[in-house]
Amino acid sequence: MTKCTDPVVLDLWHPIGAIAEAVPGIAQQTVLLEERISFEVGTDGSPIVWRSRPDMQRADQITAAERLPAKNAYGYVWTSLGAPPAELFPIPEYAEPDRRRLNAATFGVNVSAPRAIENFLDMGHFPYVHTDILGAEPHTEVKEYDVEISVDRDEILATRCRFFQPMASTASDGGADVDYVYRVPHPYCSVLYKSSPVDESRRDVIAIFLQPVDQEHVRAHMLLCVLDENSEDKVIKRFQQTIFGQDKPILENQVPKRLPLDPRAETPIRADKSAIAYRRWLSQKGVTYGVIPAAA
Amino acid sequence: MITLYDYELSGNCYKLRLLMSFLGIDHKTVPVDFYPGREHKSEWFLKLNPLGQLPVIDDDGLILRDAQAILVYLASKYDPSGTWYPRDNPALLGEISQWLAFADGITGTASAARLHDALFYDFDIEAARAGAHRLFRILDEHLWFGEQEGRGWICSAAHPTIADIACFPYIMLSEEGGIPRQDYPAIRRWCDRVKRIKGFVVMSGVFPAGPARAAA
Repeated sequence: MTKCTDPVVLDLWHPIGAIAEAVPGIAQQTVLLEERISFEVGTDGSPIVWRSRPDMQRADQITAAERLPAKNAYGYVWTSLGAPPAELFPIPEYAEPDRRRLNAATFGVNVSAPRAIENFLDMGHFPYVHTDILGAEPHTEVKEYDVEISVDRDEILATRCRFFQPMASTASDGGADVDYVYRVPHPYCSVLYKSSPVDESRRDVIAIFLQPVDQEHVRAHMLLCVLDENSEDKVIKRFQQTIFGQDKPILENQVPKRLPLDPRAETPIRADKSAIAYRRWLSQKGVTYGVIPAAA
Repeated sequence: MITLYDYELSGNCYKLRLLMSFLGIDHKTVPVDFYPGREHKSEWFLKLNPLGQLPVIDDDGLILRDAQAILVYLASKYDPSGTWYPRDNPALLGEISQWLAFADGITGTASAARLHDALFYDFDIEAARAGAHRLFRILDEHLWFGEQEGRGWICSAAHPTIADIACFPYIMLSEEGGIPRQDYPAIRRWCDRVKRIKGFVVMSGVFPAGPARAAA
């Protein structure tokens, strides 16, 4: 596979690692868009990112000209191989002081980033893949919901999603109809809002930030930003890892691995409305990396 | 009551959850943040197991480590039917031990490949995958010949033993390490038989058997 030449994807901010798991002064290596990248997080949380080279092992050896764009946002280090916008998409809830903010995990997954986003948006699989947690038979119907592509914010918004969930989160004490809102504010990132079991006026936030290693492999970073005063961090993480571990074999068995953008390539059903909008949005943006573009 | 120090995505921990479910043993779980927290290398955990590995159980003050060792202990103590680890059958015990060691080999190859791909462990991935395929080929042949003799399980018995439990998880999870199973039809049939044992439970990444019934 050749390295990424997609200008849209090159100019995006991409997550490359969790701040909480970085040791100040120790450089880590990862792969982004088929390029080896090194990063180090300072004691103040500010990251320094550079293209890996044998003679550049530590951040203090890196001149300003050799540094890649870098950001600390939502608990992760973000960088770009192109010319990224000044700001990353907003998640205002992240700043609310009473929320638990955790990286549930960063997992390597043998899937393209867009396929992983589609799976994240799909409610139809809840009863079958996340049985007795996010869904249960016979409550299998995906009820009508709304999807819009917001031109102002350049993101996809799916609202009025409702699903019966036996155990929506670590703070749940039984089954409930749960409200969902999905945002796709970035071709490889999605943010989910779901009713909080502890405060009916607020929503838990769960985001998936996909780091494209290449067109068919990602590192999936899972942000939790939830209301839960009681559960230990590791219990909250375990819940989300359990769910993701159930999705993993499904993701890794998707064929073809890249997401086909031709509307005739796969047959959607009504429940796939958000996926249809997502594919159209990627086409409109001209994304070619991790997808099979529609024939011109 | 038994306390299991557990990580949801660990196949070795799952072995114990499986046996305890088959035997109907009630237990308490203490979650260990194996990843990303590396809690199995923390000071408190190293006091339980200086090897820094999961799983560990505490049964009324008896602390044991190593999935295979714990399978032996639990089956010896809590299986009234005496079939999972038949203490009165030396030949079968020898066979079981042989396959428990084989299961350790699966952990060293198939599980290592999964840790490399999913959790970024710095292992020789090609060696891990090749090693797993070698073991899978051996097990597939063994199971195929067993089927010809009317035997459905790994050891020479009319019922499953802890050897089946020990080998099952990291075979089922092998695709997460880039090790497909399509060349091992006897393994795939055996996996379905394990999934149909009464009391079977899943873990993340392992799905229940389909609705089709096994041949009578």
